[in-house]
Amino acid sequence: MRDLRVVRGGREVLHGITCDVPRGSVVGLLGPSGCGKTTLMRALVGVQIVKGGTVTVLGEPAGSPGLRRRVGYATQTPAVYADLTVAENLRYFGAVLGAPRTDVDRVIDEVGLGTSRDQVTATLSGGQLSRANLAVALLGTPEVLVLDEPTVGLDPVLRQELWELFRGLAEQGRTLVVSSHVMDEAGRTDRLLLMREGRILADGTPDGLRSRTGTSDLEQAFLHLIAEKAGSPT
Amino acid sequence: MSIAITLATMRRILAQLRHDHRTLALLIGVPALLMILLRYVFDQPMVFDRIGPMLLGLFPFTVMFVVTSVATLRERTSGTLERLMTMPLGRLDLLLGYALAFGVIALVQVGVVLLISLTWLGLDLSGSLGSLVLVAVLDALLGMSLGLFASAFARTEFQAVQFMPAFVLPQLLLCGLIIPRDDMATWLQVISDVLPLSYAVEGMQEISTRTDFTPTLALDVAVIAAFTVVALLLGAVTLRRRTA
Repeated sequence: MRDLRVVRGGREVLHGITCDVPRGSVVGLLGPSGCGKTTLMRALVGVQIVKGGTVTVLGEPAGSPGLRRRVGYATQTPAVYADLTVAENLRYFGAVLGAPRTDVDRVIDEVGLGTSRDQVTATLSGGQLSRANLAVALLGTPEVLVLDEPTVGLDPVLRQELWELFRGLAEQGRTLVVSSHVMDEAGRTDRLLLMREGRILADGTPDGLRSRTGTSDLEQAFLHLIAEKAGSPT
Repeated sequence: MSIAITLATMRRILAQLRHDHRTLALLIGVPALLMILLRYVFDQPMVFDRIGPMLLGLFPFTVMFVVTSVATLRERTSGTLERLMTMPLGRLDLLLGYALAFGVIALVQVGVVLLISLTWLGLDLSGSLGSLVLVAVLDALLGMSLGLFASAFARTEFQAVQFMPAFVLPQLLLCGLIIPRDDMATWLQVISDVLPLSYAVEGMQEISTRTDFTPTLALDVAVIAAFTVVALLLGAVTLRRRTA
């Protein structure tokens, strides 16, 4: 990602973002609501009109036809058909992706939705719905997964399970970009991008950020970085 | 564009309708009910023979317009369109998927109305049944493609529903159903000439009065088909992979 600038609603929301994401790692995108996380992710999957800069994914410009099977994307607000069952949704998106039929059961299992498999998604709880949404992104074998707040509203056990799933995917060589506004999830990533007001505030490993700021808590580290930024003339 | 994806899209849309029993009942039941009302409001078999077929073309057109404009608007606002745009789905896959799914629904809709009209209501048709079904299904597809196109200009479902009177009622007034087109002022005739519904109604008139497949009917069919294709292509332009 090189000098990415995005204007939404007449206002520049990303002010020249430059960063790299190494393959086979889990990268956390953290920052408060409205800091540009979703816009950044939309640019990564190639559905965002960008003002300037370049975004390259797996060696191709973001959104190229060649990437559409290789990049999985889960939006923050669940994008599934409310009037279809979980399995019907997955069958359809699977067919569009050309994924094997057995994928439907695999991803239902991965997100732990076995009991609501044949439930119409409109009747799912918020947490179940966001898992159904995540399941769509896991269909096929995407090399890059862009997940916008996948663990919002989930109970701690389930969150733990999903993070283990993300870890397992990264160990298979997949690359994950996961956004969150919950700081305690940040510690589970290989690399953290802290964002605020359309800029990247810090980029490093969770441990690196802790030691750099001299705090044990990432929330404190974030506050420390904001104060540091405000204090410096740049 | 891929046939597998187009067919998967058609099956998905039909599955959505299958879950929505009330919409399905309205889609099939309302045209039949209107036809029955029409038959007994006029209560003159001659008038019914003349107007019945015209309305047979009109119902699927109107219903499909509303259903498609709301369905595609939902697809745009719920984020599923954006999701599909990150996947290997061609815009034509989506549009043809809609066309096939609603084409199937239109066939069932027209079939039910026809069955009731020809048996219970005693509709007397001069032309062939095949050409009547052809024109009725084409009308449905025309309504569908216009609905798809119109949905691009609506931000909410309220707006989308308002497009129905805006797109359909002027055509209804000018298509020759209420007053023969020849009796209208010249400037109205000119407008009527460029509106697709005029050809739909003219086609149905031909079928109800002539026994053979007349050149006028062939022209009507071609014009309706051309309008459908153009509206579908315009609809394709409004489906964008990248949005602000």
